[in-house]
Amino acid sequence: MATLKGGTRLKSAVCDTQVMVIAAPAGDVALTCGGSAMLEATANAPRGTLDPEHKSGTQIGKRYVNEDASLELLCTKPGEGSLALGGKSLKLKEAKALPSSD
Amino acid sequence: MNLMMLLEMAAGGMGERTALVCQGERWNHAGLFAGAGRIAARIRELPVERVSVLDVSSPAVPLALFGSAWAGRPFVPLNYRLTGPELEALVERVRPLLLITDRERAPAFRGRPDVTVMLREELLELARASSPPPPEDWPMEPEDVAIWLFTSGTTGVPKAALLRHRHLVSYILGSVEFMSADESDAALVSVPPYHVAGMAAVLSSVYAGRRIVQLPAFSPEAWLALAEAERVTNAFVVPTMLARIVDTLEAGGGKAPGALRALAYGGGKMPLPVIERAMRCLGHLDLTNAYGLTETSSTIAVLGPNDHREAAASEDAAVRRRLSSVGKPLPGVEVEIRDPEGKPLATGQRGEICVKGEQVSGEYLGRASRVGPDGWFPTNDGGFLDEGGYLFLEGRIDDVIVRGGENLSPGEIEDVLLEHPAVADAAVVGIPDEEWGEGVAAAVVLKPGASASADEIQGWVKQHLRSSRVPQLIRFEAELPYNETGKLLRRKVRETLGAGS
Repeated sequence: MATLKGGTRLKSAVCDTQVMVIAAPAGDVALTCGGSAMLEATANAPRGTLDPEHKSGTQIGKRYVNEDASLELLCTKPGEGSLALGGKSLKLKEAKALPSSD
Repeated sequence: MNLMMLLEMAAGGMGERTALVCQGERWNHAGLFAGAGRIAARIRELPVERVSVLDVSSPAVPLALFGSAWAGRPFVPLNYRLTGPELEALVERVRPLLLITDRERAPAFRGRPDVTVMLREELLELARASSPPPPEDWPMEPEDVAIWLFTSGTTGVPKAALLRHRHLVSYILGSVEFMSADESDAALVSVPPYHVAGMAAVLSSVYAGRRIVQLPAFSPEAWLALAEAERVTNAFVVPTMLARIVDTLEAGGGKAPGALRALAYGGGKMPLPVIERAMRCLGHLDLTNAYGLTETSSTIAVLGPNDHREAAASEDAAVRRRLSSVGKPLPGVEVEIRDPEGKPLATGQRGEICVKGEQVSGEYLGRASRVGPDGWFPTNDGGFLDEGGYLFLEGRIDDVIVRGGENLSPGEIEDVLLEHPAVADAAVVGIPDEEWGEGVAAAVVLKPGASASADEIQGWVKQHLRSSRVPQLIRFEAELPYNETGKLLRRKVRETLGAGS
């Protein structure tokens, strides 16, 4: 997959999951959901098959990161597939207690 | 990137949850989303480039805010306290626009070819209609301007601060966890929609899933009653509102709302005596001081509940002092103190507060951006950082009085004046002076039944500070000029005292 930048929205080719990129490493990013390469949010493509190895689900509002947190995605629509970078599953970013002020 | 993403997620993840309550009228997130869509469809049919609300808080405000974002037009809330001519001048700069307003104000704008007037009631009816909302096709350009907010300049001509979608989305994602509020949480919003805190409150609450309870017209009694009736758990107030609420509680005019757990305040300097009184009668609450500017998408630093408690309980003067600080920068925000040449200063040194981060805009309509090439935005606020990284405010840089080459901070002298037993309020400004360039003048409001002469007050200041800080002119006033959100209109004080010198 091409380089990603903050704000880009992507969707799964095999389930309902949609994400927005918060941070991404430079260069090509092999991002998958449910085992298949993710698509631009506006792409029109027939739904593919969900890989059972990547089926633990993605939850709305949660953030997902790789090992060194160079990649961070915000899930904007939930789905059955799970996110992975270069085949390695992303993990849930710990929700820090954010200082609320409004 | 678009603000609509925040509402889209809320509608998707918690569509049935109540989003908004105003005078008994309720909206859930799904309804707000559909309503915004219908409003967007109408906006697109009109020859308008911007959408304004000239009205007190109501569900029309969030509906118009999100509807504008969906339609790709900037939202420009206007200050309903302005005079006719002042509003005319702003409308000139915002047109062609859709103006949402109430029955009293509408006639002044009807008949203008570049203004489409819509009553608040009409907008609400449109939002509630059964027609299907349009497809989810809002623009996704992060650089698009989402909101214009007019801020007062020192010359009096308001500047239009521009907040782009990327600034606001970064601010929300950086400070709010999606759906982090419980279903029973509710936030009382009493700040007006034309203030950045009013806009931030809507966006934060929607994303967190916290029910917004709107109070269109503030009075401490109404605030206390509504907070009790709606089982409000969170509230944001400006300092003058907090002072009046505390006055009312101390006078036995009401009781602390039973469900209230967290109170945030900001938008102006919080006098230490007020926060100390608040901690006494509302001390069971989590208190948060939020410092921010319109230009920085609101909050950039917070003094949290634990900070308040630690400072209040500490025997260490340096820690105690933090109760009058504005706390530490938000994650994702950097703060630096710089001298007039732009050189970073050391811990403890006073200079201009500069800030950097994705939520910082610093841009105005028709003017060059005030963000430097290195990405730092000078706030025009003076201050310093202590050893622990806590930020202290010293007032606006422009308010500094330059007397005989010496820089005097009005805040320092005001704090001393406020400690005099007869003084209720005070404002210190510079006035022209042939000998010194500028001289120190003070407008003083005495407590009811108290008396003090100008001599006595000058003597008091001399006792506590160096003689250069003693006001050479003291004028007793019945009250000082404040705007609706409690900001002292220092310019007006300067005009009054300068004319008398």
